[in-house]
Amino acid sequence: MATATAQTAKEQSHVELERRMLRQMLLIRRFEEKAAEAYALGKIGGFCHLYIGQEAVAVGSLAALRDDDYVISSYRDHGQALARGVSANAVMAELFGKVTGCSKGKGGSMHLFDVERRFMGGHGIVGGHIPLAAGIGFAIKYRGGDQVCICYFGEAAVNIGAFHEALNMASVYKLPVIFCCENNRYGMGTAFERVAAVTDVVEHACSYDMAAELVNGMDVLAVHAATQRAVERARGGGHPTLLEVRTYRYMGHSMSDPLHGVYRTKEEVEEQKKRDPISQLALKLKEEGVLDDARLDALDAEARAEAEAAVKFAEESPDPDPAELHSDVLAD
Amino acid sequence: MPTLTYRDALNQALREEMQRDPGVFLMGEEVGVYQGAYKVSRGLLEEFGPMRVVDTPIAELGFAGIGVGAAMAGLRPVIEFMTWNFAVLALDQIVNSAAKILYESGGQIPIPLVFRGPNGAALQLAAQHSQAWEAWLSHIPGLKVVAPATPADAKGLLKSAIRDNNPVIVLEGEMLYNTKGEVPESEHLVPIGRAEVKRPGREVTLVSYSKTVGVALKAAEQLAEQAGVSAEVLDLRSLRPLDEAAIVESVARTNRAVVVEEGWPHCGVGAQVVDVIQREAFDHLDAPVLRVTQADVPMPYNKQLERLAKPTPEKVVAAARRVLYLD
Repeated sequence: MATATAQTAKEQSHVELERRMLRQMLLIRRFEEKAAEAYALGKIGGFCHLYIGQEAVAVGSLAALRDDDYVISSYRDHGQALARGVSANAVMAELFGKVTGCSKGKGGSMHLFDVERRFMGGHGIVGGHIPLAAGIGFAIKYRGGDQVCICYFGEAAVNIGAFHEALNMASVYKLPVIFCCENNRYGMGTAFERVAAVTDVVEHACSYDMAAELVNGMDVLAVHAATQRAVERARGGGHPTLLEVRTYRYMGHSMSDPLHGVYRTKEEVEEQKKRDPISQLALKLKEEGVLDDARLDALDAEARAEAEAAVKFAEESPDPDPAELHSDVLAD
Repeated sequence: MPTLTYRDALNQALREEMQRDPGVFLMGEEVGVYQGAYKVSRGLLEEFGPMRVVDTPIAELGFAGIGVGAAMAGLRPVIEFMTWNFAVLALDQIVNSAAKILYESGGQIPIPLVFRGPNGAALQLAAQHSQAWEAWLSHIPGLKVVAPATPADAKGLLKSAIRDNNPVIVLEGEMLYNTKGEVPESEHLVPIGRAEVKRPGREVTLVSYSKTVGVALKAAEQLAEQAGVSAEVLDLRSLRPLDEAAIVESVARTNRAVVVEEGWPHCGVGAQVVDVIQREAFDHLDAPVLRVTQADVPMPYNKQLERLAKPTPEKVVAAARRVLYLD
């Protein structure tokens, strides 16, 4: 009887986790749609790289982390920031360049930071932040801590030297780092197979004697489970892991780029959308009888409302004071 | 006061700061088992162990990035480049990560980090190994840059750099490692951003830093002996922030200046010094300010050509005579 109760409690908590992940993916989706609108209206400037289609990667992996673990990302960082718990208001305000943004309006879309949540930034140079993740892992080990650091980057970063130097050193020094490659197939407009001699990113782990796993990035539960295994390796003995998470971005590389055209077909994009991570999880939960249409609609309405409120908050927030121009160049 | 080499003064600074703060560690090529390519880290592995004196692969970008990441997480890394020539491979981490993360995070994440190693030409190492990088590095907001000339300043500035909450570039002189000087014991801190008069004078200011301080001091001696000219030698010590007040104060007294620098002339450190002088001491000037730099060429290997390319006391004397209208 006790065993049965424990089993039910475990199942119940897993259902809760799945619902939470669905809610987070919906928030990212609706948030990014609002960001696209605001960009088109000229309210967001510069580069703006959206996460639509890739939601399962950030949500599934970050659900496997503790609050005291570290997260670092590339310039496609809205999804990870939101999944890490940075408020939609603070992220949207940052995109709008407002002082209420998570980087005080000085970083923008590509440089979201929230040190309280150990969200150590979006970074703008392809692959440049991968050694930083190894450094954070080094600091964890140096202090004898049991945290881990997860590092997100696209498959195009695998062709740059920083990736290889960082993986080699993470393996040599046994650092608790999870290198999470979000393989969305295209570096801007260049298909990976056109520029990579080895097209299975996981294979690179062999060069660095590192554990690796190929993961279906459209399945949030698969991402969650693979990340849990990687976390276990990292926390226990400081063994890094390379995850290749196969995903797909529905939008252009950034808001200034086309959705399709010279480098991929409309048909391909439409075909990929059939694997949509949000629809797949919703369908699974419905089949299991733990979610109905009304509940799904309610979750979606909540997510839409949160994204809309974030836009309102960002619009109504003030610009940084001109004095901010010269602050934060150097620390005291 | 004990006499030490520049090398041992740096070693002492590292040892004292590692003893003082358990968050300070040294990382770089050959710093541990091999005791340092220039022996600056001699004995540190034995005293502090392999977690705090960390040998790296030859991967400047990678280990510079590990330093920045460790600083983001609150440690105080000292990253040694075997020479600054190799650090060019790590410029992305120095310029895009170390110098910018505080600003782009809206002040959330300071980077308390030291990048150090030998800079400038040594002897007959040819073009790729004989470069002075101070103009490149001093250009970047978010960095501090120091270039000590004496063992005492080397110790005091490195200690200040390690305690600073910002990324600090420490440019050491390869040709200075064996030079000797008196070095105060223990708590000797030289503030970053403060120049020092190394030889007082009345008639012309020779502005210098790092290795060119020695060149300027020799030139000052020759000027005194040959022409009875009283030259002041100002050692900038820090290139960013630059001690503009000290430059102006000296030139306001001497009314003439020559800047002696290791780098190339175009967009060099001396151009910045000249800008300060024309802007803040214009009415005090009795002659245009001249610069003595490395020749505007990649460094040749041949000994005679190399000597022609470098700033020398004779070139400084000639420039000083011109600003004094002696020729």
